[in-house]
Amino acid sequence: MIGGIDIIALIATLMAASTPVLLAATGELIAEKSGVLNLGVEGMMIMGAVGGFAAAVATGNPVLGFVAGAFAGAALAMIFALLTQVFLSNQVATGLALTLFGLGLSALIGKGYEGIRPPPTAKLDFGPLSDIPGLGQIFFRHDWVVYLSLLLVAATWYFLRKTRGGLILRAVGENHDAAHALGYRVIAVRFAALAFGGAMAGLGGAYLSLVRVPQWTEGMTAGAGWIALAIVVFASWRAERVLIGAYLFGGITALQLQLQAAEYSIPVHLLSMAPYLITIIVLVILSAIHRHGVQAAPASLGRSFHASS
Amino acid sequence: MKRRSFLATTAAAAMLAATSLPAFAEEPLKIGFIYVGPVGDMGWSYQHDQGRQAIEAAYGDKVQTSFIESVPEGPDAERALTQLALEGNKLIFATSFGFMDSVMNVAAKFPDVKFEHATGYKRADNVATYDARFYEGRAVMGTIAGRMTTSNKIGYIGSFPIPEVIQGINSSYLHAKKVNPDVEMKVVWAYTWFDPAKEADAAAALIAEGVDVILQHTDSTAPQAKAQEAGIYTFGQASDMGAFAPKPRLSSIIDNWAPYYVKRAGQMLDGTWASEGAWEGIAEGAVEIGEITDEVPAEVKAEALALKDKIASGEYHPFTGPLNKQDGSVWLAEGETPADGDLAGMNFYLEGITAELPK
Repeated sequence: MIGGIDIIALIATLMAASTPVLLAATGELIAEKSGVLNLGVEGMMIMGAVGGFAAAVATGNPVLGFVAGAFAGAALAMIFALLTQVFLSNQVATGLALTLFGLGLSALIGKGYEGIRPPPTAKLDFGPLSDIPGLGQIFFRHDWVVYLSLLLVAATWYFLRKTRGGLILRAVGENHDAAHALGYRVIAVRFAALAFGGAMAGLGGAYLSLVRVPQWTEGMTAGAGWIALAIVVFASWRAERVLIGAYLFGGITALQLQLQAAEYSIPVHLLSMAPYLITIIVLVILSAIHRHGVQAAPASLGRSFHASS
Repeated sequence: MKRRSFLATTAAAAMLAATSLPAFAEEPLKIGFIYVGPVGDMGWSYQHDQGRQAIEAAYGDKVQTSFIESVPEGPDAERALTQLALEGNKLIFATSFGFMDSVMNVAAKFPDVKFEHATGYKRADNVATYDARFYEGRAVMGTIAGRMTTSNKIGYIGSFPIPEVIQGINSSYLHAKKVNPDVEMKVVWAYTWFDPAKEADAAAALIAEGVDVILQHTDSTAPQAKAQEAGIYTFGQASDMGAFAPKPRLSSIIDNWAPYYVKRAGQMLDGTWASEGAWEGIAEGAVEIGEITDEVPAEVKAEALALKDKIASGEYHPFTGPLNKQDGSVWLAEGETPADGDLAGMNFYLEGITAELPK
């Protein structure tokens, strides 16, 4: 307890609260690293939310729900991939349309699922580890998706930094003409990156509807997809900073509500603004410190590729 | 169905429709609605849509209704209202406080169109306002909350610090305090009407503060789900939220807009519509109390229902003096009740609430 705020409970809360945005942002990071700007994160998230919810309710198995959520997100991403990579439509406009489409379609699919409760997602049992004072509550009392999300961030970091596949992905994102000249299949790489991005957004959406809220309500992502997009930019396209950004944002959101409940005499308007403000400030400072490795956006981000050009 | 027979039937149906048209002397009255959330929020906007459907059920072919959902408060509302007006709607309901200025702006451009604004206070010749006395229902909820809490801490998830919400907080607190003098009220402002994840966070923050009964003034059922997990009590808001009965949802405050909507549509049809500020409560049926579940002991249930009856009959006003403001200054003297105008502009907490009201 520090100043009436239970720090341990706060950290435990923020880890769960940040998971949807963290998953979606990590997926979008890979998509953008391959040079595709997919603004449809919100739409893919909400499709994952409704798809995951429907599957979990139908089968009674939350794990299948998460799998279905990932597939629903990936399916929507494939529509985007087809339109932007094969038919070379404008990525910004197509992404925005994808969000609107996802919101509408999810509302239609979700009509029959309002007011239903999903099967509970069990917390992992770490036995005695969960009983360690402090640490146990912070690290060993979550559901499996929280650990999966951390694992996926680590895997993404490793993939981008240490593997040949990651190098190819980055090459495609930086200069698709050069990558093409070297014999890499630009379109195929981007399809794969978009599918991963969609699956991650879908997973994040399913986490919202199955664990965090947990129920289906129309429009329930309420802008989480946009936050994920912003975090990728502020994290200057680096996996570890996506983690910092997502946890910082989720943490301050949870903290400001707790400060209110604890009746701190800080103006509430300032508190509601804090998550956005502090996330921006910290990430700006971070990129200022790491000036030597200034990594702005992938050079081919948002540009269409055609083998003839 | 074969294509040919399909075409034939469609043609026949079209003919029928065409020939039967003169049966209606006039075009149907077009009525439009804008909602702040999705119809499927199972709360606030859902109840307004029930009211819209009641108009259709009451007047059938004489009216034609349409709605635009999830309209953000702000400039977008003006666009949505203009669109409805241009589509020929003669009566337009704007169903959230934050649409107020948009309604006034659009109403000035369409003097022939009548507007109805929910929970606001600005009127014009073609703009009426209507509201429900939610604080009457909150008094009943507060009574149950005061009796049911064991930690003596009650939480309230506020949306925006506007009079409608502040009345609810004050009324809940006042009546919880009446039956349980030790009760404390914790307030968290979510600054949203509808954001399930944030509402769930707000509930979690209150629970971390030791609250064991939560009242909400936001529109989704997310806090109900959180409370269920924590094993504490809640009340349904705007809609019955009966899916969470008998626990955590102990009872609910239900907005029933149907009688008002049907009445106003009827006045449009017979040409007697006039701008006014309606404010109906338990007595008129605009505010209903959802079934009180068996989690509540029988004597508490009887006490709550007795309070409801006293409010309905007009025998008791939830804000009856002596009452002081938070700063200790006198608001109402012994036996005094506030004028509706004062109540509609309520911008202060009552004495005893320790939280600070955002300005």
